[in-house]
Amino acid sequence: MSTLQMKGMAKQFSGVPALRSVDFEVRAGEVHALLGANGAGKSTLMKILTGAYQADGGTITIDGQAVSIQSPQDAKAQGIQCVYQEVDTALIPYLSVAENILADQLVQAKTKGLINWQSLYSETEQILKNFGFSIPVRMLVEECTLSEKQLILIARATVQKAKYVIFDEPTAPLSTKESERLFQIIAQLKKAGVGIIYISHRLPEIFEICDRITIMRDGQHVVTTETAKTNMDEVIANMLGKSFDEEFPKLEVPIGETIFEASGVAGGKVTGVDLQVREGEIVGVVGLVGAGKTELARLLFGADEAKAGAVRLHGTHVQLRSPKDAVDAGIVLVPEERRKEGIFVEESVQNNLSVASLKKKSWLGFIKRGAEAANARELVQRLGVKTADIKQLVGFLSGGNQQKVAIGKWLDTNAHLFMFDEPTKGVDIGAKSDIYRLIGNLAEQKKGVLYFSCEFQEVIGIADRILVMFEGKIVKELSREEATQELIMYYASGGE
Amino acid sequence: MADKKFSLFDFVYKYGTVAVIVIVMLLFSLTNPYFFTYDNLTDILRSISIVTFVAIGVTFSLIVGGFDLSVGSTVSLTTVVSASMMVWYEQGVFTTLVVPIVLSLLVGLVNAFLVVKIRIPDLLATLAMLYIVNGIHMTYSQGYSIYANMPMQDGSQAPGKFQEWFLWLGQGEILSVPVPVILTFLLVAITHVYLTYTRQGRMLYMTGGNLEAARLSGIPVNRYRTLAYVLSALFAGLGGMLLAARIGTGQVSSGGSMLMDAVAAAFVGFSVFGAGKPNVFGTFVGAILIGVLLNGMTMLNLPYYAYDIIKGTVLALALAVTYYQLRRKRNA
Repeated sequence: MSTLQMKGMAKQFSGVPALRSVDFEVRAGEVHALLGANGAGKSTLMKILTGAYQADGGTITIDGQAVSIQSPQDAKAQGIQCVYQEVDTALIPYLSVAENILADQLVQAKTKGLINWQSLYSETEQILKNFGFSIPVRMLVEECTLSEKQLILIARATVQKAKYVIFDEPTAPLSTKESERLFQIIAQLKKAGVGIIYISHRLPEIFEICDRITIMRDGQHVVTTETAKTNMDEVIANMLGKSFDEEFPKLEVPIGETIFEASGVAGGKVTGVDLQVREGEIVGVVGLVGAGKTELARLLFGADEAKAGAVRLHGTHVQLRSPKDAVDAGIVLVPEERRKEGIFVEESVQNNLSVASLKKKSWLGFIKRGAEAANARELVQRLGVKTADIKQLVGFLSGGNQQKVAIGKWLDTNAHLFMFDEPTKGVDIGAKSDIYRLIGNLAEQKKGVLYFSCEFQEVIGIADRILVMFEGKIVKELSREEATQELIMYYASGGE
Repeated sequence: MADKKFSLFDFVYKYGTVAVIVIVMLLFSLTNPYFFTYDNLTDILRSISIVTFVAIGVTFSLIVGGFDLSVGSTVSLTTVVSASMMVWYEQGVFTTLVVPIVLSLLVGLVNAFLVVKIRIPDLLATLAMLYIVNGIHMTYSQGYSIYANMPMQDGSQAPGKFQEWFLWLGQGEILSVPVPVILTFLLVAITHVYLTYTRQGRMLYMTGGNLEAARLSGIPVNRYRTLAYVLSALFAGLGGMLLAARIGTGQVSSGGSMLMDAVAAAFVGFSVFGAGKPNVFGTFVGAILIGVLLNGMTMLNLPYYAYDIIKGTVLALALAVTYYQLRRKRNA
C-alpha cells in the first residue's frame, strides 16, 4: 500500500518558527483530516507538500523513497494535487470547462499544435459523467457556480493522475446538498486508491468522512488517531490545548422596543421580505446557500439597489441609495467576503479600525492621530485581535483576526443595527467564541443584531428568534425554544 | 545568512532610489565641476518643476486605483489657452488664470464621468480623452505656437504679448530661488500634508486600497474618485500654464512628453522609502531622479536620443524593486 510520509518538517519565516519538526502521513485510500486552529501550521505544511514553500528541514518520502519537492511542478509530478479553498485562483475564467479540466493535456499537446475540439469535449464529458456531474463542458468557467468550479478542480486533479489530493476547506462555500455530493466524490476517490488530506473547520463532517485525524497546534504535531477512537470534545481540547466545555454561553439580555423594521423588501432574488428587530435582540436569518441571505443583507444595507420596500430605524424612514446612507443612519454590515469586502489588506490595523469613524477622530478635516491610535489600541484589546502592533498590515493577520478587525471598524460608530453575514466563515474556534461574545455584548448595549448564516447550530445557539429563508422569501419564524436543526432544515429546503 | 540577504534587500528597497540619486550626483560632480553648483542645482529643480506638477496629478489618480493618461494633453491645452488669453485677447490676470483652470477642471470632470459613471476602464477612458483634448488644443491653436506679435489668420499681427507678471511665474526669482521651484515645493508640501494628515487624504487611499470594502464602509467612493480625477487634471493644467510662463510661448503639443515622465516619476515614487504605494514625496524624488539624470547626461554630451534608454532602465529597475517587494508581502 502506497504511503506518503513527511518527517521532521521544519520551516521558519524571518526567524519565527512556523513548523517545528512535524510528522505527518497519509495512506492510499484513506481520508486523513488535518486539524488545528488558525496559525497552527496546517497551511504551511500543505504548502511545503505542494511545492509552494521549501522546507528548512525534514524529509518527504513516498513508499519509503525520498522525494524532493522544490516547486509545484515537482509536486504534480509526484501525483500530489490540491483543491484550493479559493477556487478562482486555480482556474482560468474565460476558458471553457473542458479546457480547464484538460489544461495540462492542452499544454503538453501531442497533437501537432492543433486542438481537436470534438475529442476535447467528448473526453471531458466522459470524465464528468464518471463522477456523475452534469456541467456543460462548453460553458465558460466564469459562468460556473462556486461548487461547480470546485468539481472542475477535482476532475482536473483526477485527470492528472493524482495519487494524493489535498482538500482545503472544501465545504466552506457549499450548501448542504452540494457538500453531500462532495462527500460522495471523496468516497469515490478513496475507493480508487487516492490518499486524501482533508482540512476543515467543520467537525461534524470530519467525523462523517475521515478515517484518521491529525491535530496540530503552534507549529507542532499533537496527535494522530483513528476517528473511531476519539470524539469531538477530545478533538477540540487537543486543538485548543485546553478543555472547551461550552462553545459559547448566550447572554440573557432584556429585549426592548422594535428599533428596526423592513417591509416588502425586494430586489434580485429577494421578494417581499418583512422583518423587525428589537432592542437587544439577536435575530438569526438562516437558509441554505443560495436562499438569498447575502442578497437580503446587501439590500438592507443599500449595497445593492432595492426594487421595492421600505426600511425604518427608530420609526424614521431611511432612504437607502448607498451604504453611506445606511451607515449615516446607523445600519452597518459585516460582509461575507471578508478579504474582498470587509478589510483593507494593505493597510494597517489602525487604518482599518478607524475607516468608518474617522470623522469623529478629526478636527477641521485633519486626523487626530493620537485619538485614532488610542481608539485602535482599545479596540484591539477589546476584540482580542492577535497582532504585534496596530501598525501591522491586516493582510498578515489570520482569518479570525481579520474578521475581528472587520467587525471592529463599526464599534466606534453610532450604529444601532448590526448585520453579520456568515461572520464565522473560515474562522478558527478560538476566534469564533470571541466573535459570539462580541455579538452578545452588542445586544447587551441595546443594539439590534441581524445574524445571517447557513450554520444552523450556530444560529440556534446565538439567536433569540430565527427567520428561515427559502428561495428569496422568509418562509418561517421560529423562537429559540422551538428551533431545532431538523426543523430549520425542513423549512429551509422548502417544506410547508 | 538568509537574514543578511533580507536586510540588504530591505535597504535597497527603502533607500535605493535616494542612493541612486546620490551616487549619480557624485559621479556627475566628479566628471564636471559645474554640476554641483547652486546655479546648476536650481536649474535641475526648475527643469523638473512642471513635470512634478503633472506627476503629482498622476499620483492622485493612482492613489484611488485609477490612471490618467490625458494629463499630457491637458498640459498642451492650458499652455496654449493661457498664452492665447494674453496674446490674442489681451486679457488681464483674472481671465488668463481662470479660463485655463476652468478648462482643466472640465477635463477632470469628463474623465471622472467616463470612468466613475459610465464605468469605462480608466486607461481606456483617459486614452480617449488624451485624443479629444489634444485635438481641441490643436484645433484651437490651428497648429501654431502662440507668441507675441505672431501673424494672425487675417494677415494682421497679434495684438497682445506675454505679460510681465505671468513670465515672472516661470522665470522670476525670490531671494535667488526660482519662482517655479518655490511653487513646486509649496505644492509638494500641501499635497503631502493633505494626503497624509487629513481625513480626505486617508479616504482617497482607502478607496484605492479596496474599492468595494471602502464603499461598504460607508465611504462615498465615487465622490473621492471624481475628486482624484479633477485634481489630476487641475495639477496638469497648472503645470501647462507654468510651462507657458517659463518658455514665453504657447508651444503646441508641448505636453506630449510630460505624460511619460510624470508616470515614470510617480511609479519610481512607489519605491522611495519603501512606501509601496503612490505618494507625493516619492513622486517628487522620482522627478528629481529624472531631472538629475537628464542634466548630467546633457553635461556629459550623451546623444540626446539615448536619454530615453536611461530613463526606461531606471523606471524598470524601480518597478522591479517595488513589485518584488509587493510579491514578498503578499506571499508572507
